[in-house]
Amino acid sequence: MSFPWANEYKPSHPFMQWMDERLPLPRLVYNSVGGGYPVPRNLNYFWNFGFLALICLTIQIVTGIVMAMHYAANTAVAFDTIEMTVRDVNWGWLMRYMHANGASAFFVVIYVHIFRGFFYGSYKAPREMVWLLGVVIFLLMMATAFMGYVLPWGQMSFWGAKVITGLFGAIPFVGEPLQQWLLGGFAPDNAALNRFFSLHYLLPFVIVGVVVLHIWALHIPGSSNPTGVEVKTESDTVPFYPYYIAKDGWAVGAFLFLMAVAVFYFPNALGHPDNYIPANPMSTPAHIVPEWYFWPFYAILRAFTQDFFFIPAKLMGVLAMFGAILVWFFLPWLDKSPVRSGAYRPLYRKFFWVLVVDMLVLFYCGGAAAAEPYVMISQLAALYYFAHFLIIVPIISAIEKPLPLPYSITEAVLGDDDAAQLAPAANA
Amino acid sequence: MAETEGVRRRDFINIAAVSAAGVAGVGIVIPLISQMSASADVLAASSTEIDISAIQPGQAIKAIFRKQPVFVRNLTPKEIEEADAVDTASLRDPQTLAERTKEGKENWLITMGVCTHLGCVPLGAGEGEIKGEFGGYFCPCHGSSYDTAARIRKGPAPKNLEVPEYEFTSDTVVQIG
Repeated sequence: MSFPWANEYKPSHPFMQWMDERLPLPRLVYNSVGGGYPVPRNLNYFWNFGFLALICLTIQIVTGIVMAMHYAANTAVAFDTIEMTVRDVNWGWLMRYMHANGASAFFVVIYVHIFRGFFYGSYKAPREMVWLLGVVIFLLMMATAFMGYVLPWGQMSFWGAKVITGLFGAIPFVGEPLQQWLLGGFAPDNAALNRFFSLHYLLPFVIVGVVVLHIWALHIPGSSNPTGVEVKTESDTVPFYPYYIAKDGWAVGAFLFLMAVAVFYFPNALGHPDNYIPANPMSTPAHIVPEWYFWPFYAILRAFTQDFFFIPAKLMGVLAMFGAILVWFFLPWLDKSPVRSGAYRPLYRKFFWVLVVDMLVLFYCGGAAAAEPYVMISQLAALYYFAHFLIIVPIISAIEKPLPLPYSITEAVLGDDDAAQLAPAANA
Repeated sequence: MAETEGVRRRDFINIAAVSAAGVAGVGIVIPLISQMSASADVLAASSTEIDISAIQPGQAIKAIFRKQPVFVRNLTPKEIEEADAVDTASLRDPQTLAERTKEGKENWLITMGVCTHLGCVPLGAGEGEIKGEFGGYFCPCHGSSYDTAARIRKGPAPKNLEVPEYEFTSDTVVQIG
């Protein structure tokens, strides 16, 4: 589905015509990421991050397949095979550090992508399904990243696995059997390592599948844009190719530059030194933390230190941590404001930035030791986090007086004189 | 067709086929789920014998039981006194020291070295490790503090450190499991 003025795929080469009548795959590509997909002309750089996320997923899958060629999922040798890959395998160090830093890069990109959605109201009708699928992708990413971090079987790998599977032990009645079922034993061991490897290889391809649905759902109404005003005429859009392919290409170049700086000069900056110690089930590292991209949610997990009526603190923490992401599923219905873009929502915009600061506070506390004042700060920040979504956003959408919206994207870009409104499309 | 009432042959075949497929589906899901549970070699009865003769009062050792740490601690009279002085009604998981040890062997506190919060190994059994503000064990992961009877006193852990099945086979040997 697309706008009526979308360019039509017209293969000129006889082979492509022959192909188009039998398997119209080139037509699908043309209409999805080619000249046949009209996109609002006013997208800013924040709209590059979806494409960057796709690049990250590709890097992770390619380097990951290479890593799997040299890795052995056995507790006796797993740690050594990673070191062997880095030291002995031709270019193994590059593959390993691209994969490890690529995971961090993926989360940087996806957090910008998600917060772009928060600010510009990308989750609102008619794009709720795009948003819901995006949250599913984020959950799959978290599961994949967690299991990947376990595979080197260092100290952080082992204790991360123990703590995270311990979360399931908090569920009443079925918790302990469930945890033993997940691990295939009483503690993380060979059975757990093997299944984590199997799933770590599987889930990225599940992510690819959901990404296809995510883009499919996006292309029904078409991309949103910084004004939040829907596309009205042809002059509001430009074709994805060449305009946004070129712009995304520029962003990919900038991204790869930063990625290269990390891989070549700071390959271990985001890792944890303790993970270069082989796993030891008898000794917990003094300061056990997950990877940085889980810190905000880890802080919420740790914020619950007191039983809440009949619910134990441990279960509350687990529920709150998962709830912190699950609440995103309800966002399209919690925010009832018909205005999408934060640019025209003076009150919402302020609280958006408060949420950003709140997330950064949680991030900092999640990486800090489990002691005061961080526990107290985490509790306040976690409380505010839920208040933002469940109380503040619904109230704002009820009382806010939005700024006047531009008539169209073209008007927003070129001003409101008659000539501008009548300007032909850039691709005409 | 004239046959508009009752069960037709085709309906029967339809229901039978779908039912058979359903049974087959459930039949294959059971092994697929069950294979993830602990395998026989993991479950194989494991018991550990520990020689405790060398543990002086105030000392503790870490042993391994089911691939998890076990703490064996020889409490000092002062630590026993501290544990007995606590009003059990004020505890999150009310238990007396006597309930957590064997009769006549109240100085031998044997617990799993697995924090009941999320499974880290608490500090306090090793030489020179911090014992937390209640003098027992301290979990560095999320700050749970246990007292000298290894009862939860502060932090997110819901329960006291678990006391495994064990018996003294002699005055100096204890068998766990």
